[in-house]
Amino acid sequence: MSAEVHTSTVTRTVNPFWYTCRKNPLMLAGIVVLVIILLLSLFAPLISSYEPTKINIKDRFAPPSAEHWFGTDEVGRDIFTRILYGARLSLGVGVAVVLGAGLIGTVIGSISGYFGGRIDQIIMRLMDMILAFPSLVLAMAVAATLGPNLQNAMLAIAIIKIPVYVRLARAETLSLREKLYVKAAVTFGIKPWRIITRHIIPNAISPVIIQVTLDIGDAILLVATLGFLGLGAQPPTPEWGAMISVGWKHLLDYWWYPTFPGFALFLASCAFNLIGDGVRDILDPKANR
Amino acid sequence: MKQIILKRLSMLVLVLVGVTMLTFFLSHVIPGDPARMMVGQRATEETLQEVRRQLGLDQPVWVQYFTYIQGLFAGDLGTSIRTQQPVSDDLLTFFPATLELALLAFVIAILFGVPIGILSAVKKDTAWDHAGRLFSIAGVSTPVFWSGLVGILIFYKFLDWLPSSGRLDLSVPPPLKITGLYLLDSLLTGNWAAFKNSLLHLLLPSFTLAFAQLAIVTRQVRASMLEVLGQEYIRTALANGISGPVLLFRYALRNALIPTITVVGLSFGSLLGGAVVTETIFSWPGMGKYVVDSIAFLDFPAIMGFTFVISIGYVLINLLVDLTYYALNPEMKE
Repeated sequence: MSAEVHTSTVTRTVNPFWYTCRKNPLMLAGIVVLVIILLLSLFAPLISSYEPTKINIKDRFAPPSAEHWFGTDEVGRDIFTRILYGARLSLGVGVAVVLGAGLIGTVIGSISGYFGGRIDQIIMRLMDMILAFPSLVLAMAVAATLGPNLQNAMLAIAIIKIPVYVRLARAETLSLREKLYVKAAVTFGIKPWRIITRHIIPNAISPVIIQVTLDIGDAILLVATLGFLGLGAQPPTPEWGAMISVGWKHLLDYWWYPTFPGFALFLASCAFNLIGDGVRDILDPKANR
Repeated sequence: MKQIILKRLSMLVLVLVGVTMLTFFLSHVIPGDPARMMVGQRATEETLQEVRRQLGLDQPVWVQYFTYIQGLFAGDLGTSIRTQQPVSDDLLTFFPATLELALLAFVIAILFGVPIGILSAVKKDTAWDHAGRLFSIAGVSTPVFWSGLVGILIFYKFLDWLPSSGRLDLSVPPPLKITGLYLLDSLLTGNWAAFKNSLLHLLLPSFTLAFAQLAIVTRQVRASMLEVLGQEYIRTALANGISGPVLLFRYALRNALIPTITVVGLSFGSLLGGAVVTETIFSWPGMGKYVVDSIAFLDFPAIMGFTFVISIGYVLINLLVDLTYYALNPEMKE
């Protein structure tokens, strides 16, 4: 009897997840939407009987109906199915780009902060140059130069995202470098590379995580925007931005074509932004809500 | 103060060098062989070499960079492959349309963003605040091209209230060119028909462009208002019987606006980026549409000319914003 009471109090007090969610319902909403999108894209083959790239000219531009929930496109592909498969690409690419940029940026930033001096000067001026460009314009220029495809678009977006992480990691490293345990490690003759990877980066990671969650929504939009401009994934790839880049030309006659992929994009980016805001509130209590 | 300005100006020079190096690298070094692109695949080796010599491509890279910089100082951004016109002329033609759109979007973002931000902060944790926060998250999460498309669907297709493309109806002649901004020119010349028509054409694109910006402004105003309202001098003012609009506007808002200026200024860059997409959606004849049309042709001189001009503009705006910040912030005075 007493044991039962005990366990129930324990579960009520130590479940930080539910506590956070109750305090921040918007973050919970973001998580729910994201989980739904992930499940839908994961089980796409079970949910839809259509194939994302199968052409069916007979059914072109069919309006939304029981067979085609979101209608069909100019060659009769089911738009709902393409959105489900597109989620894998759009979300996957967005997350991958930000994680990549976060990782590279953190390593560069901690090297810059740890060694200081000329290396630091060169790296930071280089980052200032990248930040001097409006981000979308630079991403466009890089993607256009490298050639329009998804990999190059990812690379372009990673390049414009890196400087923020370099700055964050550098600032953290500058203060960590003065910590006693780092100084002790130096006196023990431990190699700089090991100090950076073992002692600096693990302790500098918290602001990086906040920035990563805040950036994913934006990265998803950037990938789609480059796709829309014809600089990202190319049709017939079921990428949301690429779908809209073909679909918006048919907007006035077949409104469903660009509207639904755009809505999916909005939902996904919104979900990540809500979660990002929540994560910042948890990890950085000082920041204004 | 003086030192800060000097430091900022020396930074500016460095950044300008960086911008030119990057655009040079992207336009001259990476894209393979511009001479081959100009003459086409079937040209003879001799023609190719001749064009290469004319373009200076047989010179070492640093000489090419130097020539490039010399050209930039003379206002030479190269010749567009698509229009066969000097890129600088092209950009100059399309610049007023972009400026008009961006300025109006900017005004809209501030006109709506500041009050919503204040309301959200004053009514913190009420339904107003939640609506405001949700609105600003929706704003940053909405792809510009999608809000534009939805706007066209609602206000053009279904309601038929607003035009969906261009700066003027075909039946309306453009106003006498003074600044190139139709709204201003028609006002100056008293051309009411053109004024009304161009305003109608501006509404959808400028609100579309302003939407994301609006969210950023709202967020910033809310955050800095909250911070200021929590400070002791506000409590002192309250204790002294100062309240209502005087407290809010004379005491709180003035201080809350200082960080807002920085954020608004810095996000002007995303407004320029957004203009690229907005202009495409609304067939708005500005620099953004020009560069998107150029992308389809892989017209590198045009793409890099645009990147260069926009980046220089962005750097200068940021400098201006910083200087305003220093001028307004009393803590920086000594």
